[in-house]
Amino acid sequence: MIFFEQVIAILWKDIRYELRSKQMWAGMGLFALLVLVIFNFAFDLRVDNRAAVAPGALWVSFVFASMLGLGRTIAAEREKGSMDRLLLCPVDRKAIYLAKLLGNMLFIGVVEIVALPIFAALFNVPLLLGPLLPIVLLGTLGIAAVGTLFSAMAAATRARELLLPILVFPLIVPIVIAAVRATGTLMVPVSNEPPWLGLMVAFDVIFLSISMLTFQYIVEE
Amino acid sequence: MKTPLLAIAGLKKSFDLKSVLRGIDLVVESGERVALMGANGAGKTTLLRILACLTEPSSGSARIDGWDIVRDAQQVRRLVGFVAHQPYLYDELTALENLLFFGKMYAVKDARERTEDLLRRVGLEKRARERAGVLSRGQVQRLSLARALLHAPRLLLLDEPDTGLDEEGHRLIEDVLAEHSAQGGAVLFTTHQLDRAMKLGDSLLMLSRGRLVFQEKTAGLELERMRQEYQEVFR
Repeated sequence: MIFFEQVIAILWKDIRYELRSKQMWAGMGLFALLVLVIFNFAFDLRVDNRAAVAPGALWVSFVFASMLGLGRTIAAEREKGSMDRLLLCPVDRKAIYLAKLLGNMLFIGVVEIVALPIFAALFNVPLLLGPLLPIVLLGTLGIAAVGTLFSAMAAATRARELLLPILVFPLIVPIVIAAVRATGTLMVPVSNEPPWLGLMVAFDVIFLSISMLTFQYIVEE
Repeated sequence: MKTPLLAIAGLKKSFDLKSVLRGIDLVVESGERVALMGANGAGKTTLLRILACLTEPSSGSARIDGWDIVRDAQQVRRLVGFVAHQPYLYDELTALENLLFFGKMYAVKDARERTEDLLRRVGLEKRARERAGVLSRGQVQRLSLARALLHAPRLLLLDEPDTGLDEEGHRLIEDVLAEHSAQGGAVLFTTHQLDRAMKLGDSLLMLSRGRLVFQEKTAGLELERMRQEYQEVFR
């Protein structure tokens, strides 16, 4: 019970912190929109190739915007006295990870909510919110699970902005491919497609478990 | 036999090839106030960080109320209150929110009541709804002290607690230390002011190049003689 109270307390603190500093939300949102606009102008979107390009553009914008936000929740802890503020307390390190993960998912989720209707309008594709929701949720969880762990690792270094994408991008390739293909299948149904949602669930379970178990050794000396 | 509140044996700490602590042995009983002095880089902060479970020792052991600081770190964290050079507060949260947040982290019962009491105790009740980031250095130090006292720790570790405090703040520190030891807790604090160390501490320790080179009860020590001793040690 105390575990979940502590998770909620850390999450609440992070949300309040970001609402007041307003550093992350605006930057992430604007960045996602810019990527979508650039993709829209960069490709010649005729009716026949739209479904092939649009899912990729959507997920690239999500991934790029996520990178901006993923570093923030842990970096905010590292500022002014490092993570010692939390590590000093008798709080389970898994609770810290879970709270940071939920915070990252929330921040990325807000950006996705803003970006999705604009994506649908720019690329002239149906939104299909019901079937898209589990894909976005599982994809976001996978990106955030890996990103939260590696942002803790990168935050301890000087080159954290550079290091985070280098560490995270190779690892999230499977879930990004699955998310793009699953989103594409929604637009143009294809027969005999692999079970992309199943692959996303497996990815999330594996990386969530690994991250929960290793987070303590990354944040503590 | 009564377990000492703090028992350190052969504690060493190295960062890469640099030895910072070279074998510390120390026993602190309940109710005792120990002043730790030493030049910059002598290892005072490292020792306090090890006892606060923020850094692991390279070798040796330390027990707080019988709990090992490495094996039983979570239990030890409940017993220790730490005021460091960094305030360990969140700038964007108010003084009240900061204490309520740390109350949750330490699973403090009646956290709201305890928080309000402590804000009054450190003289910040009128600043409770101001963000920590806009408070003065001295007010931040008071809030940091309140954070360290929040969970009623048995051992208080204070790293230069007088920093940024005015005269009234100095008296606050004196009162807090006296109350804490009267309630059976122990205090280990660092300072660079010999007169403060002798006034506030029951024992005086001097740390030089990672070793305890002086360890005596302050009762009966003369300030002038100690000044000479201090200069000898740190020359």
